[in-house]
Amino acid sequence: MKKIISGNEAIALGFGDAGGVFASGYPGTPSTEVLEEVARLGEVYCEWAANEKVALEAAIGASIAGGRALATMKHVGVNVAADPLLTLSYTGVNAGLVLMVADDPGMHSSQNEQDSRNYAKFAKVPMLDPSDSQEAYAMTRVGLELSEEFDTPVMLRTTTRISHAKGVVVPATKIAPEIRTWEKNVPKYVMLPNFAKLKHVEVEARLLKLQAYAETSPLNRLEMRDPAIGIITSGVAYQHVREAWPDASILKLGLVHPLPVEKIRDFAAKVKKLVIVEEMDGIFEEQIRALGLVVDTGKDKLPRCGEINADILRAALDGSRARSTPPVEDLPQRPPVFCPSCAHRGLFTILSKLKTFVSGDIGCYTLGALPPMGAMHSVIDMGASISAAHGMAKVNALAGRSEKPVAVIGDSTFFHSGMTGLLSMAFNGGGALVIIMDNRTTGMTGGQENPGSGSTLQGTATHQVEMVPLIKALGIDQVYELNTYDLAATEAAIKKGLATPGPYVLIDRNPCILRYKIRKPAMNVAQDKCTGCRACLKVACMALGLNAAGENEKQKVRVDPNVCNGCGVCMQMCKFDAMHTLEGENHANL
Amino acid sequence: MQIFNIVIAGVGGQGVLLASKVLSESALACGLDVKQNEVHGMAQRGGSVISFVRMGDQVHSPVVMPGSADLLISFEPLEALRYLHYLKPGGRLVYNTIPINPSTVAAGLAKYPDEVEAQILARFPQALGIDALALARQAGNGKAVNMVMVGTVMKHLPFNETLITAVVKKLTQGKGVEVNLKALAGGAAA
Repeated sequence: MKKIISGNEAIALGFGDAGGVFASGYPGTPSTEVLEEVARLGEVYCEWAANEKVALEAAIGASIAGGRALATMKHVGVNVAADPLLTLSYTGVNAGLVLMVADDPGMHSSQNEQDSRNYAKFAKVPMLDPSDSQEAYAMTRVGLELSEEFDTPVMLRTTTRISHAKGVVVPATKIAPEIRTWEKNVPKYVMLPNFAKLKHVEVEARLLKLQAYAETSPLNRLEMRDPAIGIITSGVAYQHVREAWPDASILKLGLVHPLPVEKIRDFAAKVKKLVIVEEMDGIFEEQIRALGLVVDTGKDKLPRCGEINADILRAALDGSRARSTPPVEDLPQRPPVFCPSCAHRGLFTILSKLKTFVSGDIGCYTLGALPPMGAMHSVIDMGASISAAHGMAKVNALAGRSEKPVAVIGDSTFFHSGMTGLLSMAFNGGGALVIIMDNRTTGMTGGQENPGSGSTLQGTATHQVEMVPLIKALGIDQVYELNTYDLAATEAAIKKGLATPGPYVLIDRNPCILRYKIRKPAMNVAQDKCTGCRACLKVACMALGLNAAGENEKQKVRVDPNVCNGCGVCMQMCKFDAMHTLEGENHANL
Repeated sequence: MQIFNIVIAGVGGQGVLLASKVLSESALACGLDVKQNEVHGMAQRGGSVISFVRMGDQVHSPVVMPGSADLLISFEPLEALRYLHYLKPGGRLVYNTIPINPSTVAAGLAKYPDEVEAQILARFPQALGIDALALARQAGNGKAVNMVMVGTVMKHLPFNETLITAVVKKLTQGKGVEVNLKALAGGAAA
């Protein structure tokens, strides 16, 4: 039956329908919904791993034990999982293993714009690049089959516009292959140098076999139309090409590594002008130019940064201008912001006031870097808050500076790779203040379970990690609780942490109000008491606004009861007792 | 059928995604090819959200290009102004007149522009502004703004209203169904 589903949902469905038995991943936009959908479908065992490396390694184990396996992550997650990936290429698999990776061209929700196709070349493994939900569905099964046939992991790569775009899918017949036997095979799975040397030779031979397969595979589709222009493309770029030039001839690549060299030569000979359309890096183009073929248009005219679309393609090739009137300029931006009553708001209100250097991390709290807080001064990757703060503290000591850096990290990020940084800090006698915002969920990606949540992806109750004993076990003695809804206490606790030598950890344990649906009565502003001083606006809450002012009067603050969730942080900023809790039902539209 | 392009704009948390889903499921139910796409992630709460729904005999790109939308539905006036350039000449614009302050405005760092509605109408005199929040509350829940907005454009979609009503019934379960159907009808009458 026809369904309209996202690329991510299609991959989940495709995995279940292809007899998948084990799926693991770490949440990351735009990949997160794959595992959520596997869990919702309820037919395949699935779990959130502590990080992407663990997810891939667990999938490797599942494959060795004979079950078809899937690992999911966002592009930067593959950096974390790169260690197992590059050696998994050598060992190969038992049952099929697909590594699904979601790239984010345009960085809608990412810290960089890396093109995962580079990893397929680097790891010498095949990569599939679907161009819509139907292909995402089908290629998940093809990926498992290729994995078994060629004894290799297969990467299934999407981009945001594939993962999150919904399209029509007609599912195939469901199959359920038996779980394979579990064998001991030392030369295959133990990558000691002597075995790995033999394996590397096999990997190179496998690439040649895959290249031969690529020449005839229906994954690489020739669409001959007008031979005046011939375009080589893949993924969502194919859809933009179809939109921009419906009459152009196209060689559409579904298997994007290794490339079908002879097919490309034939195509180039059939068309007058060869054009290569790739989002982000010019990976095909580099390889095609290296074949000695003449490329008329490629990255000389098409952008390497950001997403492409039909207008960009037309402008680059035809010089045609977009049909629209220009957008209205100078409108105030609407950046994302902490939810009304989020526990992060109180923390960043104080950090902003103290003007201390904050080494930040990946999560909702990264929004603390934006105005008016501006209280986060470096954000690199998952877990870097703590390890970078450690390095800063060491150099500050060498430079004779007394300022102690503050690291801010969430619970999921701490479990992912913050723990190792803290262990290292304790080991080497560092001196940073670490604040863990433990809201018992992976908030930014929509509230996924983590080792602190007390339940698994499939909803099973499980052990809930306790932060304080964990941190003490890592070797940190000074660990204290924090309540960021109490501004005065928060300021005092942070000041004490900054003044105390050695590593110092503060933990806020207020749960995510969005994930745990916490409702509090809204606030109200007594207009006769409000002086219009705007001190409360420093907390940057959407629920606050200014009323229209009369003649010679300051604008006074008002609270939108549809948005306010009554945390009272703004109330603590008020020196004139103008803010109070509104009695009655909470209307907050969270 | 030629491609029919819809852009839905709003603020994170307003239910833009469910409205998009109603439209795309309706298109599928009447046998059209359809692609729907929105950007989310960091836009979860309070950020600007834009969603595309494209339907026709065969839809390729999931993205609506500026200047090509047949219909722009905006859940907030400033967002209507922000995405006005997506409309094609002769396209249709319906927007909710109730403003939501961007965080920058709430923090006193920026000003909500003056006379947003007048600016919209100056550029697009046929635009229809409605108080969707009032209609949603009349239907029984202020959160039903999204269904009110779908209701306002029901007459102008390439499929009939019965189909949309059936899809809303299918997608929203329990007590919500009644409110959503009332909201849909309230929007249609506006």
